[in-house]
Amino acid sequence: MTATLAQKIIARACGRESVTAGDVVTARVDLAMIHDSGGPRRVEPILKELGVGLFDPAKVVLISDHFVPGDTDEGARILDLTRAWAREKGVRFHDGVGICHVVLPESGALRPGMFVVGGDSHSPTGGAFGAYMFGIGATEMAGVLATGEIWVRVPGTILIEWQGRLGPGVMAKDMMLALCGRLGMDGGKYQAVEYTGEAVAALSMQERMTMANMAAELGGQTGMIAPDAETARFLRGTGADVTGWEQDWAWLRTDPGAELQEHHVFDAAALPPQVAAPHSPANAMPATEAGKTAVNVAYIGACTGAKYDDLAAAASILKGRTAAPGVEILVAPSSRRDQDRAADDGTLGVLEAAGAKLLPNACGICAGYGAHRLGAEVTCISSTARNFKGRMGDPESKVWLGSPLTVAASAVTGRITDPREVTE
Amino acid sequence: MTETQPGRVWLFGDDIDTDQLAPGRYMRGGIEQLAAHCLEAARPDFAAGVRPGDILVAGKNFGMGSSREQAAEALRHLGLAGVVARSFAGIFYRNAINLGLPVLTAPDLAGVADGDRATLAPETGMLRLTEKGIDIPTEPIPENLRGIIADGGLVPHLKKRFAAAP
Ligand code: SF4
Repeated sequence: MTATLAQKIIARACGRESVTAGDVVTARVDLAMIHDSGGPRRVEPILKELGVGLFDPAKVVLISDHFVPGDTDEGARILDLTRAWAREKGVRFHDGVGICHVVLPESGALRPGMFVVGGDSHSPTGGAFGAYMFGIGATEMAGVLATGEIWVRVPGTILIEWQGRLGPGVMAKDMMLALCGRLGMDGGKYQAVEYTGEAVAALSMQERMTMANMAAELGGQTGMIAPDAETARFLRGTGADVTGWEQDWAWLRTDPGAELQEHHVFDAAALPPQVAAPHSPANAMPATEAGKTAVNVAYIGACTGAKYDDLAAAASILKGRTAAPGVEILVAPSSRRDQDRAADDGTLGVLEAAGAKLLPNACGICAGYGAHRLGAEVTCISSTARNFKGRMGDPESKVWLGSPLTVAASAVTGRITDPREVTE
Repeated sequence: MTETQPGRVWLFGDDIDTDQLAPGRYMRGGIEQLAAHCLEAARPDFAAGVRPGDILVAGKNFGMGSSREQAAEALRHLGLAGVVARSFAGIFYRNAINLGLPVLTAPDLAGVADGDRATLAPETGMLRLTEKGIDIPTEPIPENLRGIIADGGLVPHLKKRFAAAP
């Protein structure tokens, strides 16, 4: 019998030979990730009410990112509570070293084939590693932490195939904005979105994470990419022993002929850099069509847009250049590890020489927190995943989304700019 | 969770979103206030007119939008016997089950009109228009989720489970 990647992982997690799309099954989770915002402060009262502890502290990863650096009374209080809970429960805890979706795979905890839940809507990011990972609310998370189980309706698979190779100046973010524009924010229909094709295979792991992350913007339950040599390379870098991965992961792919819910084919070579106009990722258009909109903040941040590869992309544009007058460049590297790497190889120096201001390794203004929240007068070009009204600050502020290349190019010219204009 | 006393059918269209169900500007006011403004943009008479046992019938993609649990909570708070829709947004469906609100999918809702008297049996998935004598089958709630609904949601369900455990 043929099956999709998603169905194989779910079948294993619920202890069955096979599952069929539409079945509702109870699955055992291999890992549960929570953060300071939706985590301890929300789940602990429910666990208390139930009168139980954690199903398995070794399978729980807690990451503080939303309220880091704790520069408000409320933030500091929440971080205190988070740290005390981590000590009391003995869970794996990564404190203030970056955004959960980036820190989780960096920590080596996430492996292909796992069935994972996260207490955050961008949890599909983990699907980039060939895991089945999705986001749930606090009530459900409390249930998972208490029992180690969750029910799931077996999804169909929406296969998105990118043929050919991306052209110069085009990144994973452009692919995702184009998909949001084309399929809409409910195009994923809460099914499993799986990315495949030559252009996807050629992407680095961090670029693949951007694709999986933004399955959330497509309305998929998760976004997945079958694991391969690049996945193995990344995991080896976290210290994981991946000997024999070819055999171990051989089952982790959608069988040829498996029944798909939808199959879309796109031409990567024909894709120009994209931007999304306020206030929705679905307002995507080629960057050249943005009407030379003037910007005054260029933000390189968030789980989607400030990993090492994103910082390096921005630096490739900003090298030897500076921000246009009146434009502020803000950089919040997704993790401490990526920031250190960028510092070591000079990437960070390039960004700083261009005038970038370095912010903490945290969600920051992507979650609407911190001193750099956008004011009413701000038009921002941002490498984040969503630009809903008021999300990053004042409801009057305007946020355009683009790749780190596009954000950097726009910072240099002071208006929304196709990065190819700057490099050519 | 037996068949309810007949209630009134409240008919809605496609793509009812979570912001209509739980309007953002009342989110800070608690569930009481939120429920009082539930769906007011689409039907100002709904929240005040709805009675326990009434049934909400809607088109496709009911509950689209954000993941806020209050969207389902507001409907449960109003005492609805359940929601029957041509399809549900995935996260809303999860939240509804976990909060104990019966949600049933029915591809064909021909014959249902606003104001009909009806009963809903979540176990069998039957929507019965009592005065018209029409039975509308829905896809029954999967067995492993029925227990959650019967217990009033995930938290009470787990409470029962842990209380029963030695
Ligand atoms: S960086 Fe933004 S999108 Fe990512 S987890 Fe934080 S708030 Fe969410």
